Amino acid sequence: MTAQSQTQAPSQGNLFQNAIRDAIYAGIVVFGLFILLIGFKTDQNIKNELILVQRWGLLFSMVAAAMALRFVTTAFIQPALAARKAAKAAAKPAEKHGWLRDNFAKLALIFLVIYPFLMLALTGVNGSLKWVDNFGIQILIYVMLAWGLNIVVGLAGLLDLGYVAFYAVGAYAYALLSSYFGLSFWILLPLAGILAAFWGVILGFPVLRLRGDYLAIVTLAFGEIIRLVLINWTAVTKGTFGVSGIAKATLFGFVEFNAKPDGFAATFGLQMSTVWYKIFLYYLILALCLLTAYVTIRLRRLPIGRAWEALREDEIACRSLGINTTTTKLTAFAIGAMFGGFAGAFFAVRQGFVSPESFVFLESAVILAIVVLGGMGSLGGIAIAAIAMIGGTELLRQMDFMKVIFGPDFTPELYRMLIFGLAMVVVMLYKPRGFVGTREPSDFMHAERKAISGEFTKEGHG
Amino acid sequence: MADMTGKDTILSVEHLSMIFGGLIAVNDLSFQAHRGEITALIGPNGAGKTTVFNCITGFYKPTQGMMKLTRKTGEEFLLERLPDFKVNREAKVARTFQNLRLFSGLTLLENLLVAQHNALNKASYYTIGGLFGLSHYKTHAAEAKDKARFWLDRIGLLARADDPAGDLPYGAQRRLEIARAMCTGPELLCLDEPAAGLNPRESDELNKLLLAIRDDHNMAILLIEHDMSVVMGISDHVVVLDYGKKISDGTPNHVKNDPAVIRAYLGVEDVEEELNALAAEPAAKAAAAAAPALKSELPKLATEFKRERVNIPPPPVLTLPDEVPAVAAKTKAVAEPARVAATVAAKKAVARPVKTPAKKTTKTAAKKTAKKKGGRA
Repeated sequence: MTAQSQTQAPSQGNLFQNAIRDAIYAGIVVFGLFILLIGFKTDQNIKNELILVQRWGLLFSMVAAAMALRFVTTAFIQPALAARKAAKAAAKPAEKHGWLRDNFAKLALIFLVIYPFLMLALTGVNGSLKWVDNFGIQILIYVMLAWGLNIVVGLAGLLDLGYVAFYAVGAYAYALLSSYFGLSFWILLPLAGILAAFWGVILGFPVLRLRGDYLAIVTLAFGEIIRLVLINWTAVTKGTFGVSGIAKATLFGFVEFNAKPDGFAATFGLQMSTVWYKIFLYYLILALCLLTAYVTIRLRRLPIGRAWEALREDEIACRSLGINTTTTKLTAFAIGAMFGGFAGAFFAVRQGFVSPESFVFLESAVILAIVVLGGMGSLGGIAIAAIAMIGGTELLRQMDFMKVIFGPDFTPELYRMLIFGLAMVVVMLYKPRGFVGTREPSDFMHAERKAISGEFTKEGHG
Repeated sequence: MADMTGKDTILSVEHLSMIFGGLIAVNDLSFQAHRGEITALIGPNGAGKTTVFNCITGFYKPTQGMMKLTRKTGEEFLLERLPDFKVNREAKVARTFQNLRLFSGLTLLENLLVAQHNALNKASYYTIGGLFGLSHYKTHAAEAKDKARFWLDRIGLLARADDPAGDLPYGAQRRLEIARAMCTGPELLCLDEPAAGLNPRESDELNKLLLAIRDDHNMAILLIEHDMSVVMGISDHVVVLDYGKKISDGTPNHVKNDPAVIRAYLGVEDVEEELNALAAEPAAKAAAAAAPALKSELPKLATEFKRERVNIPPPPVLTLPDEVPAVAAKTKAVAEPARVAATVAAKKAVARPVKTPAKKTTKTAAKKTAKKKGGRA
C-alpha cells in the first residue's frame, strides 16, 4: 500500500492537469454542439416577425456545467472508483463474510415469524391488514410459486413457460371441489397438489422429447389451453365470471374465522377484525413455503435431485450412466407442479374468488422472471427476487407522495412494469446469473465448503 | 461362458450393420471382447468406430446384427434391444465420450455420486425413504461416498473433490470421466478415445490406470484409440475397421504386420494402384499390351510420381509424339497440376469401397499412364 501511495502522490498534480484539460475539451465539444441548438433561438416578435434570439448566458451555463462535471469525474470520481476496485481486489483473498451474512437464513426466518405481530404493534389492528395481506401473503405466494418452478427450471433445466397452469389447476381444484362437494380446505389442499402433479405428468409425457425453445413453446401452449378450458367450460367453471364465495379455511377444522359467537375473535376474546384470518393465512403460506424449501433442500441431496442437476448439465451423459431421463424429468415436472397446486389452493382460499383472469401468461412470466432474477437453483436468491418484484410492485401502489411531485394525474402503478423492465435490465447487466449466481454443492468430501461459481453451471437446454 | 479358446467372452458382436440413409457406416462387423482383456477398436477417421460404440451402448439402434452381452452372473442381454439407459443399468456397460461429457457445474464428488444414481435411488426407496431421512439410505449414501473417494484417490484427484469438474485440466477431466464410468459398477467399460488431447506423460499415466482397472477388477475394456502407443502398449486384442468393415483382428503384433492394415493406414503406392487398375480394366488392357516393358520402367515412374507430389517439375523427357491425340496433349501440357490432383483423387477413390466413381477416375488415370508409356517407347 505504501508503494501505491508513493506512486500516486506525484501524480496528484498531473491528475488535476488532466482534469482541467478534459474539462476544456468537454467545454469545446459542448459549445460546438449546443451553439446552434441552445445558443440561438428563432422567435416571433410582437410584429409577428421572425427574429434570432441569442442566449449566450444559457449556452455558457451549459458549457460550464459540462466542464464542471467532466472535471469532477476525471479528478475525483474515476480515481475513487479505481481505488475502490483495487481495495476490493486486495481484500479478496481474505473473503470473510460477516456474521450477518452467515446467519442470514436464520434471521430472515425469525423476522418472517414475528412479522405479522410486528406490523400489528406498529400499525394497529386495521392498519396492519395491508402489510400482512398485500405484502406478506402476496410475496410469500410468489416465493412459493417461484420455489416450485425452481425445481423444474433451476434444477432440472426444463424451461417451463406455462407454470401458471398448475397454479390454476390447484386453485380451481379447491374452488370447485369445495363449492360442489363442500369438502374442507385441509382435505383439498393435498388433493389440489396431487391433481396439479397429475397434470404435470400429463404435460410431461408429450413434451419429454422436446428440448429448449420447443419445450418452452409447448409448455406455453399448455398454460393457455388450461386457461381457455377454464373460460369455455362454463357449465362447471362459470367461465369468465369465475367461482365466487369459496369457503374460508378453518383453524384445522376446530374454529371458524367469522363474526359468530363461536368464531375465532370471540373465542379468543380479540377485537373483531379480518386481520386475524389474514394472519392465520400468513402463517399458513409461510408454512407451505418452508415445506417447499425443506423438500427442495432435501431433494437436492438425494439421488433424484442430483440426477435433476446432472440432467441440466448433460442429458446424454445421464443416459450413459443408466439414469432413466424420462422418469427423472417427469418427477421434476410433477413435484414442481405439486407445489404450484398447493399455492393455487391457497390462492383460492385467500381470495375467496377465482377466475381465469388470474392465470394469464403474464403470471408465468413474472414467476419465471423471479426465478431467473434470483439465480436459478438458489432458494435465498429467489426469495429476495420475489420480495423485490412483488413487494416492489406493491410499494409502487403506495407511492402517493409522487403525486405531489408529478402532479395529481400521475399514477405510479401504471409505470411499475416500465420500472421493473428497467430494473431487470440493470440487474441482468450487473448480475447476469441473478442475485445468487453461485451453486452450493449437494455434498462435500472435505471440511471446507465452497460454492461453485456460476460460470461452470449450465442453464439446461430442455 | 468360457469358449473353446479358454477366454471368457463378455461381448460378442455378430454381423452388425448400421446404415444412415445411403451411408453404410458399419458393414457386417463381427468381433468378440473378453473379460480381463483390453480390446482396441482402431481404424482411420470415419471408419465407423464411434458408430459401433454408439450401437453397443444403446445410443443407436443398429440396422442389422446382434450384440450379446454375458454378465458374470450368466445373464445374457441383447444390447440392440435395450433402451440406452438400461444398457448401463442392467447390462452393466459403461462408456466415456470422445468429447468429454462431464457435469461441469457439479463437483467431482457429485459427478461420481450421480454415476451411482440407480443403486442410491433404490436405497432411498425411490426418494420417499430418503426424504424422511431413513438410516438405510444414510448407510448406502456413506458407502457411495467411500466408493467415490476410492476412485478419486485412484485417479489422483481426491484433493480436488469439491471443485467443479469444469475447472479441471483436460487430462484430469479424461481421468474423471473414466472414474465416473467405473462408479456405475460396469462389467464392460467402453472408452472412446481416452488418450485424445493428452500429453505423453498423461497418456502414460492413462495406460497404467487402464491396465490396473483391467487387472484389479477383471474388467473387459473396449477402447477406441488413435494413439498407437496406447493401443500397442496396452491392448490384448485389436480389431481394425476401415469403411465400416473389419479388415483385421488379432493381437497387436499380428495387426501391426497385417498388409491390409498397412494399406488402410498408410495407403498404397500410386503406381501399384494404377497397375492394379490397369489389370482390372479390360478396355485399358489393350492399350497396355506392353505391360512387361512398363514394369521395367517402374522405378523411373515411381520417382517421377514422387516428384510430382512435391511439385518438382518433371524432367523434359516427357515430350509427346505426334500420333497421340491432341486432346491428350493439351491435358498433358496445360494441366500438369490438375493431373497430379487427378492422381491423388484416383488414389483416394480406389481406397474407398464405393464402386462407380472409383472406376471412372482410375480409368482416366490408367489411360494417362498408357499414354505416357507410349511417349517413352
